[in-house]
This record gives sequence, C-alpha cells and structure tokens, in this order.
Amino acid sequence: MSPTTIFSPASTPAVAIGGLARLVIGVTALIFVCVSALIAYAVFRFRKRRDDDGSEPPQVYGSNQLELAWTVIPVLIVVVLFLASARVITFVQNADRQADSIHVVAVGHQFWWEYRYPALGVVAANELHVPVSDPARPAPTFITLLSADTDHSFWIPRLGGKTDLIPNRVNSTWIDPYETGLYLGQCAQFCGTQHAKMLLRVYVDSRDDFDRWVRQQREPARAQSQATEGQRVFQTTACINCHAVAGTVAAGQFGPDLTHLMSRDTIGSGIVPNTAENLRAWIRNPESLKPGSRMPSMQLTDSELDAVTAYLVTLR
Amino acid sequence: MSTDSLALAHSEIPPIPLVDRLHGWITTVDHKRLGLLYIAYALVFLCLGGIEAAAMRIQLMAPHLDFVSPQVFNRLFTMHGTTMIFFVVMPLVFGFANYLVPLMIGARDMAFPRLNAFSFWMTAFGGFLLYFSVLGANGLYGAGNAPDVGWFAYAPLTSQTFSPGHSTDFWTLSLLVSGFGSIGTAVNIITTIVCLRCPGMTVQRMPLFVWLNLIMAGLVILAVSPLSAAQLMLLVDRYLGGHFFDTQAGGSAVIWMHFFWIFGHPEVYVLVLPAFAAASEIIPVFSRKPIFGYAVMVGATVCIAFVAMSVWAHHMFTVGMSSSANTFFVLSTMVIAVPTGIKIFNWLATMWGGKLDFKAPMLFCVAFLFQFLVAGLTGIMLGAAPFNWQLGNSYFVVAHFHYVIVGGILFALFGAFYHWFPKMTGRMYNERLAQLHFWLFVIGFHLTFDFMHIPGLLGMPRRIYTYEPGRGWDLLNLIVTVGVAFQAAAVLVFVVNLAISRWFGQRAGNDPWDAWTLEWLTSSPPPGYNFADEPTVQSRRPLWDLKHPDDPDWKYE
Amino acid sequence: MFCLIAAESAIFTIFVVAYLFYVGKSVAGPTPADVLRLPVLPTICLLSSSLTVHAGVRSLRNGNVPGFARWWLVTLALGATFLAATMIEWRRLIYVDGLTIRTNLFGTTYYSLVGLHAFHVTAGLMGLTLGSTLAVLGYVTPFHASRSDVFSLYWHFVDVVWIVVFLVVYVAGR
Repeated sequence: MSPTTIFSPASTPAVAIGGLARLVIGVTALIFVCVSALIAYAVFRFRKRRDDDGSEPPQVYGSNQLELAWTVIPVLIVVVLFLASARVITFVQNADRQADSIHVVAVGHQFWWEYRYPALGVVAANELHVPVSDPARPAPTFITLLSADTDHSFWIPRLGGKTDLIPNRVNSTWIDPYETGLYLGQCAQFCGTQHAKMLLRVYVDSRDDFDRWVRQQREPARAQSQATEGQRVFQTTACINCHAVAGTVAAGQFGPDLTHLMSRDTIGSGIVPNTAENLRAWIRNPESLKPGSRMPSMQLTDSELDAVTAYLVTLR
Repeated sequence: MSTDSLALAHSEIPPIPLVDRLHGWITTVDHKRLGLLYIAYALVFLCLGGIEAAAMRIQLMAPHLDFVSPQVFNRLFTMHGTTMIFFVVMPLVFGFANYLVPLMIGARDMAFPRLNAFSFWMTAFGGFLLYFSVLGANGLYGAGNAPDVGWFAYAPLTSQTFSPGHSTDFWTLSLLVSGFGSIGTAVNIITTIVCLRCPGMTVQRMPLFVWLNLIMAGLVILAVSPLSAAQLMLLVDRYLGGHFFDTQAGGSAVIWMHFFWIFGHPEVYVLVLPAFAAASEIIPVFSRKPIFGYAVMVGATVCIAFVAMSVWAHHMFTVGMSSSANTFFVLSTMVIAVPTGIKIFNWLATMWGGKLDFKAPMLFCVAFLFQFLVAGLTGIMLGAAPFNWQLGNSYFVVAHFHYVIVGGILFALFGAFYHWFPKMTGRMYNERLAQLHFWLFVIGFHLTFDFMHIPGLLGMPRRIYTYEPGRGWDLLNLIVTVGVAFQAAAVLVFVVNLAISRWFGQRAGNDPWDAWTLEWLTSSPPPGYNFADEPTVQSRRPLWDLKHPDDPDWKYE
Repeated sequence: MFCLIAAESAIFTIFVVAYLFYVGKSVAGPTPADVLRLPVLPTICLLSSSLTVHAGVRSLRNGNVPGFARWWLVTLALGATFLAATMIEWRRLIYVDGLTIRTNLFGTTYYSLVGLHAFHVTAGLMGLTLGSTLAVLGYVTPFHASRSDVFSLYWHFVDVVWIVVFLVVYVAGR
C-alpha cells in the first residue's frame, strides 16, 4: 500500500474528506456508467448500415420535456453534493482549538520546514513529532502555517488535506492521528528549484515517547569536555550566520536549527539518511545532493570537513 | 472584351513568383488566409510543446532520473503550459473562428480586416518572444533563460528577489503582447457577428458555431484584460519598485492568485467553447439530423459564460480562504456543471435516431463526447472543496485538465480539421490515415491520461522534477510515459496526412459532406470575396432548404 | 468601440480592486489622508471636456467643419489642463510629501491607477490632435461624423473612469 494514498486515512480530517470522496466518486461513477452506456448504445444502434438507402432520418428539433428532465435531475445532484461538501468544509475548517491541544508553528522555507512549539519551547526542523490521538478522547495537534519566503503547501495525504503556507498570511490546519508511526508527504505548491525535494516526515509518537522527545529537544547542545576543532570551524566559518545551536554562539535563523541534528533520521528535508558520510557530502557541496538548495558550498578543506562532521555528529 | 479576358486559358496566366506569393501571405488581411496562418502557427507550436512534454515524461519515467536538471525541468513545465494554452489552442481557436465565421454568416470578410492582421501578428510576435528566451542565459542546452515559474507565475516567486534575471519578464511581456492580439480578435469577431450577418439571418438563425464564438469573444474581452492588468502590476513591482505583490511591504500573494484566476478560469471556457462549436456543427451533419435543442444550447452557453466569471477561486481552495468563501465557490462550480451537462445530453440526443457516419470528423467528436464527460466528472470531484484539499495541486488535477484540453478540446479540433479541410484546401484528406491517426491517438491519450489520475490519488504533487521510490508511483509514471509515444506517432500521421492531401488529395467539391450551413454554398476553397451574390436565409439550415424545397426547415422552426 | 471599452473597463476594475484592497494596509509612509487634496479644477476640466467633444461631433453632423475643429481644440485644451494639473500634483507628492511608486502600498496603487488613467487621457489627446489637425487642414467632411462619434465614446469612457477614480481615491479612500 502506498504510504501517501488518500484512501487510507488515519486522522479525523482525512476520514471526513474520505467519506465525502466516497460519496462524490460514487455519484460521478453512476453518472459515468449511465451516460456512457447511452453513448455506446447510440453509437452502435444508430450507425449507418452498409445497405443504407441514403434517405434522411426523421428531423427532430428538440423536446421541452427532455430538456426539463435533464436539467432538474442534475440540479438535484448538485444540491446533494454541495450540501455534503459544505458540511465537511465547516467541520474541518471551523474546528475549535482547545487550551490543552498541542500547537505547532510550521514555517515554510525554500526548501525545508521549520517547526516551533511555542508552549513547549522546542525548535525543530524537517521532522515533525506529534502525539497520537485516541479517537475516544481526541488530542489533536493544531498547526499554524507561515512562510518565510514564497508559497508552499503542507500535505500529508493520510492525515489530512493540504493547506498552503503563504508569506504575510497566517493559515492553520489540524490533525489527530489514530496510530503511531511515520507518515510521509511533501510540499505541494511550486516554490522554486527544489520544490520536489521538500519532503515531509511526521512522526506520530505515543504520549510517553512524545514527552521524551520534547524533553530532549528542549535541552541545549551537549557540552563538550573541550572545544573541538570541528566546533571551532563551525563557529568561525559562516555556519553560524544561518544555523543555530542552542547553548552556543550560533544563533542563525535562515537555515534549520542544528541543536539536535542527530535526533533526525534524514537530512536535506527528508532526502537522504542522516549518516556521517551524507553529512560530510552535504557540507562539502549541497548542490551534489540537492541542486538549487539555498545552502552554499562552504569551500572547506578535507580536514575541516572531517572536523565539522565529527562535531555535528555529537549534536544529539 | 470581358469575355476575351475570361477566355484566357489557365496556362497563359504567368506563374506568380515565390517572393510575391510570400509577400501576399505576410501582408494579407483576408480572414481565410489569416485563419490558415493562425492554424499553421499553432501546429508548429504544438510540436514544440509536445517535445517539452516528452522531455518531462522521460525524466519522470522512473524515480531519481537525471535526464534533465531540476532547473531545466522547471523551465520545461512552464514553457509547456504557456505554449499549449496561449500559442497552440488559442491560435487554433482564433484560426477556425477567423476562417469560418464570416463564411457562415454570408459576409465578405471580418469587420476590421487590418485589425485582424494586426492581432495575428501580435499573437505571433508573443510566441516568438517567449521562445527567444531559450537563447539567453545558459544557452540552448540549459533551456536558456526560459521562464521557470509555472504557467500561472505565482507571486512572490516572480518578484525580483526570487526570480532575478529576465526569465519572468519573457513570460510577462510575451503574454501581454499576445493578450492585446487576443482582445483585438475578440473585438473583431463580435463586431462581425453583430453587424455583418446576411439578410434573413437573425440571431436565432445563426449556426451554433457562430453563437459559441460570439460568446467566446465576449469572455476574451472580460477575461484577458485582468491578466494584462495583473501583468502590468507585476512589471511595476519588478522594475519600478512597486509593492503590489510584495509580501515584505504588506502586499498580498493571494491577490495575484485572485487576479490570475479571474482570467484563468474564463480562459478555459474561451478554449472549450469553440470545441463545443465544432462539435455542434459536425455531430448534426454526420448524424443527418439538426442539432437537438438549438435554443437550449444557446441559453446553456450563455449561462456557462456568466457563471464562469464566478468560479475562479476553485483553483484556490487550499489557500486558506474562509469556510464561507470556500462554500460559495463549491456552489458556483457545481452549478456550472448543469448547463455543461445539458449540452452533452443535447449532443447525444442529436445522435439518437440518426444515421451515424463514422468518418474521421465524427470519430473525433464521439471520442470528444465521451472524454469530455469524464473530464467534467473529475471536475466535479475537484469542485468538492474538501476533496480538493487532497486532490488539488496533485497529478489528479494535471490529469483532469489534460482530459479537458486534450481529450475534449484537441479531439474536437482534430474533428474540425478534418471536417473543414476539404473546404479550406479544395481536396479530401486521406480517410485511412485519418483513422490511423484517431486510433493511435486514442490509445496514447488513454494510456497517458487515464493512468495519470492514480498517482494523484496516491499523493504525488505536480511540478516535481523527480519523486521518491516506494510510494507506488513508479509503474504508473512509466505507463504514462509510454502513452506519449503513441500520441507523438499519431500527430506525425496527422501532419503527413495534411501535407500529402493538400497537394495530392482527391479534389473536393463545394459540399463533400452534404452539409447545411452557408460555408458549403461557395467553392472549395472559397474565392477571395467568399460569395458572388450575398445569400439570403430563411432558416438555420439554408442549404437544407435549398436541397429540400418541399420540406424546408423554416416550416418547422 | 464598445468592446474596447468593455476590455479597458475590466483592466481598470482590477486596478481599482487592488487599490481598494490595499487601502489602509500600508506598513509605513504617507497615507491618503495625509497628502491627497481634492482635484477640483482638473475634474471640472475633464468633465466639461465631455460636453465640448460632444458639441464638436454635433457640429460636424450639422456640416459645420470649422465649428467641429474649434470644439475639439477646446477639448484638447481642457484635457491638457487636466494632465498638467496631474503633473503638478505628482510633483508636489514626490518632492514635497515624499510619496513615490516604491514608497509603500498606497504609493504603488495610487500612481498605477492614476497613471493608467493619465496614459489613457494622453492617448485620447493624441486622437483629438489628429482629428482637429485634419479638420483645420481641410480633410474632414460631415461624412466623418460617425467616426468622430465613435472616438468621442472613448473620450466619454475616459471621463467616466475619472469619476470612478475620483470617488475611490479622493473621496472614499481618504
């Protein structure tokens, strides 16, 4: 089964949409079968025979009763579909945010995702963690959607419909996943060269796992027993202009927060596994993994690369 | 003395030098020649747009391919969309309208022949300007400086910050220029139809082709102008430091979307109404019956035109509009399905009880009917806003609109090509090649666009130059690409057919299809002045009246 | 001409919508209430020019070619006065109040809308110049009355647009 199919909903908005989808697909399939059967019948039954005498068939100009019939029936179908849609629109868009629900602020960048949990004091990037929600006692996560540059769109098909992230505009969406696991998606509004590789990974954790993750993310970077060569390179090259590592002098906002870089499974917004080798290749030249990425190649020497990678690998 | 000059044998007239013949074509103001120029122009760009599509499909055949770089891919889909809409389908539509409307209303030419020529050359220049961009920047291999912001060029991606360089300007300027050409043609069409109809041809007796082109022209005037306005605003932003779409200064990215789609939605009706027009002439002739429900067809089209101006934000369901706004646009979108469905039923009723002759024009129109039905139904799915939150901006949308434009419009226009080819060239096309074209294209079309819906349902967004394996998209993308080969072969057969038949086809008379509208009254091809004597009509099917004097239409209308 | 007017109306509508949408949304810089003053004289000039252009057409219909030329020259003068007044206003806005097209949202939308209108006035002035020059040189006859009527439709359209712009920018927007 595809991990991004819309037909395996695992969260209330996706389920609501799925219900409407079933109705709409059912109605349109019925219309399709009826009308195409009529077309097929007409094509077969009224074709010109080989032994045709060349006379013209009866010239019929119209029929008011038929016109009325095939106006009224579509109007009724339209009313039904419209009402069904309106119901789901209200249900999904006007859901109230409770005081104790998890709130995430997602900021879209070219070409990565920034996640902030204002109430919990957590800043993360590219991999979103949310707690699972028991349908009997829902614990939804509300996501406020902002953009730092151009238009993006947040789409995890199994968890809900997509909502765009538009600069100078505050949008919001919500999910309440029923099962733990990893849910995939990707940016769904063309945002530039690497739109295709702005992948989404949502980790739905059990309540305990989620709390543990929050606690870990809150801590500043592990203090080293002595300042390593890698940390020196990191802090004296331009890295700190864009990246932040809590508890150190690095406080840049343009790129992903790296405080707990090694707690993520992937780098580059989901495109390659987070291994030392990939990290090194990325820092050496991001273009090699993600051509058009906004991070420039830092022109480091091989030994500087080794050192910085060794430093980053300690950022758990 | 006049008889002496008429007695000159054909061979005694000296052949006109090539230079003078070309000069004649370039300086022509004759609506028939301009129509043919539009159509030939569109065919060239159809091939260019098709090559762009083929390149994209090869890149997407399997995950993580490296056939083209992401930068080139982004230019390809932008150019493909812009080319196909503005420099293929619109010129085809204007070409057929230019050629046929004056003939069908018994007029000598369009109302403003020189404006007609000007409009053509503006459109043509727009296309050349757009493709000139390919020669800039990185050069031909890297697709030059072609625009790479998508055919709808959303702000703020088009601002100087995110699109430095001139690629966006090529997009803006070429469409601005061809937009003025479109408005000129629309003014011409409306004036011609309103003022130059022959005696007896009241608006209730105009062929449906003429009615639908009239309504199309009205939509062009109301719809292309907002695009021109928005493009002027974009130029102000990019070059005069304006802030229309500058989100850093409090500007709005969403207002670009509103302005663009206020153009963009009526635009698709501009593209489709002439396809309806062609089908409304071809189906009756090849069913040997008059169009069923003429008045209702006109009324339904007028309704479509009005409602079309109120549905635009169904392209923006995911933007975060309020629930009331979303609900309104669901309603208007669903409402427009009613008159459109009525038209499908009327075409079906025209065929019902007739004697269907499946020559190439009719084959293409029946396929149009079936495919347009499917396209309309996927449109209803997309019109249900919550469903759109899943399907929007995915390959489901891409499949839907290609179903409309290729499966609906292009099929109907292929039918129109074959139907009026004898009139335009004086020769019959080769029927067997045409049938080969049809079946190859049907196979290719369905392989590509039927299967394209499924990756959308499985989460594949649009405008991505590659995708991740393991999402169930791989095999489907491969099948989609295979269909392209069949379509390319079909178009090749089509072009060969046109060329061979133009020079070696069997000569056609005035009226090879035994049809009923005024263009079949005059010779094939028509003389420069169209009609030696101005015709007078008493019904919707003047040639039926001439052929059946004992049973004329005006007794029954 | 009606079709052209319809198309141009659609273009102006979009610029008016943009203006209205952005009213009050400028982040910084001068606001309409700060710097705009009611352009009474230019408005009177432009609106009365509709009367004079119509008088010219009527003259021509009655066979009075010199009268036609004179009325159209008056129209030309009134239109030119309007443009001159606009230029004076813009000079003040730019050099005294510091409002340019790039200053803020108000600047962008104001100059675009009023500028687009001024561009159409200029085009109209070119037509008026052509008409009155041809009349003075003796090329115009009463046969051309309907053509001048069609042109005057364009001029009336320009006036109507000004009424809308006046109400939106100088009255409602402040």
